[in-house]
Amino acid sequence: MKVFRILGRNIRDSFKNVFRNFSLSIASISCIVITLIVVSISIVLTYNVNNFASLVEKDVTIVVFLKNDITDLEIDEVEDKINSLSNIDSYVFKDKMEITSDMMESSEVYKSIMGNWKEDENPLRDTFQVKVTDIKLIDDVADKIKQFDNVEVVKYGEEMVKQLITVFEVVKNISIAIVIALMVVTAFLISNTIKITIHSRKREIEIMRLVGASNLNIKIPFIFEGLLLGALGSVIPIIITIYGYTALYGHFNGQLFSPFIKLVPATPFVYYLSLILLCIGILVGMFGSWRAVRKHLKI
Amino acid sequence: MDLIRIRNVKKVYKNGVTAIYDMNLDIQKGDFVFIIGATGCGKSTLIKMLYREEKPTSGKIIVGGIDVAKLRNGKVYKLRRKIGVVFQDFKLLPRATVYENVAFALEVFGLTKAEIHSKVIKVLDLVGLKNKIKNYPNQLSGGEQQRVAIARAIVNGPKLLICDEPTGNLDENTSMEIMNVLEEINKLGTTIIMVTHDKEIVKKMKKRVILLDAGRILKDYEKGTYKDESI
Ligand SMILES: Nc1ncnc2c1ncn2[C@@H]1O[C@H](COP(=O)(O)OP(=O)(O)OP(=O)(O)O)[C@@H](O)[C@H]1O
Ligand SMILES: [Mg+2]
Repeated sequence: MKVFRILGRNIRDSFKNVFRNFSLSIASISCIVITLIVVSISIVLTYNVNNFASLVEKDVTIVVFLKNDITDLEIDEVEDKINSLSNIDSYVFKDKMEITSDMMESSEVYKSIMGNWKEDENPLRDTFQVKVTDIKLIDDVADKIKQFDNVEVVKYGEEMVKQLITVFEVVKNISIAIVIALMVVTAFLISNTIKITIHSRKREIEIMRLVGASNLNIKIPFIFEGLLLGALGSVIPIIITIYGYTALYGHFNGQLFSPFIKLVPATPFVYYLSLILLCIGILVGMFGSWRAVRKHLKI
Repeated sequence: MDLIRIRNVKKVYKNGVTAIYDMNLDIQKGDFVFIIGATGCGKSTLIKMLYREEKPTSGKIIVGGIDVAKLRNGKVYKLRRKIGVVFQDFKLLPRATVYENVAFALEVFGLTKAEIHSKVIKVLDLVGLKNKIKNYPNQLSGGEQQRVAIARAIVNGPKLLICDEPTGNLDENTSMEIMNVLEEINKLGTTIIMVTHDKEIVKKMKKRVILLDAGRILKDYEKGTYKDESI
């Protein structure tokens, strides 16, 4: 009970402090707001890019075109060889008739052209469509398959895949760097705010020591103050995140520019994100105040 | 029984000034002791070591069973809870009422509102300020402010009350009022050590008097034997 009463008093005190140095608190809170908004945007970006990348990666297929006059026996041979490779997730065999009917289904134009093809006129090839487990090693797999007998061409949009992967990495790294830099700046600002509170409460601290308040008892209100600044600062970013992303998702119908680029569904994503923002706000706030207390509240 | 035992204590400040030389002193429980001496003779230094504001450079200080010199920083609060301290400049919180100023000393211990209320009212009654609990410090006379400070120092029920020139800012009559309050508190069992420059007070009170000179005890007058030797 005693502990709760002391804690209650500490929380009350930190509220008082926040309002006593109102302009300073506002400055710190604004800084946290900006930081967390950027953090939120970065996470939204990174997460979507990641999500998109994994979708793309799942879709990347090595198409192995077989020679036109290949026999069933030779097809089996190729299949055995593919089977013996490592890093293969799955593969399917599609003969030219199957591909033709797929394509005809997908478009009226194809249908009118291909509908007239006879069996021996079909210029398409039988194929294996191979998916790999690790997209980064897709080159290896493709190179090995190229060496096989009776294989004509191997295609997998290699340049596009590589570029995408690099772009994703760069986007991720830049946003992580910006987020870290902003968090450091914010922590310093909070630390400064708490430092000023400590100085403005010199007399109170002196008296607290004199009447026998324990060190923890003296320090906790300041730590709480940082926590409070962090928590208050995360309110606006959380609201922006929840409403902003939900609206964005709704506006674009869950996809960007083309059905190919899918957005992460708004729920429950925005709620996890809000929780993360709150935690970051609180942690940065507490770190800032802890630093100020350690430096300026020598007991 | 000794409440305070000082053995071979020496205090050298960081700047090289020696404030106390090889001091030995015992103070009994329930005593009322004056510490007097010229400016800069080490009076404040001596009492600061008692409540561990300063650490002795060498020697031993026992206060209420606590070995003060060995006390770690994190444990100083345990000593402070046994000691009340009053200063010349009162050290009140200007934006808190009389009641809040005194209650402040209890709130850090997590007492309930009712417990705090009854203790605060009791000490404010003892120092004669029960009718001014809602006033702010700037609405009080110097003597009244000092009584608030005394109330705050004793509200916790400390064994020892240390006063560093508590009447330094007050006129003669007001000073005597404060002395009466201290006398009252002493009668209730609290040991009092008071630093002062006011020889009139010391003469009137007829208590034990310790005269310091340049960091040493020059004379230790038994109760009622102090005479002004105009040093
Ligand atoms: N924090 C300090 N650092 C260095 N020297 C100090 C410090 N405090 C006091 N002194 C020196 O120690 C000596 C004793 O000082 P102290 O304050 O104990 O004197 P005092 O008897 O209380 O004087 P006064 O009657 O003026 O209050 C003085 O020479 C003073 O300059
Ligand atoms: Mg002094």
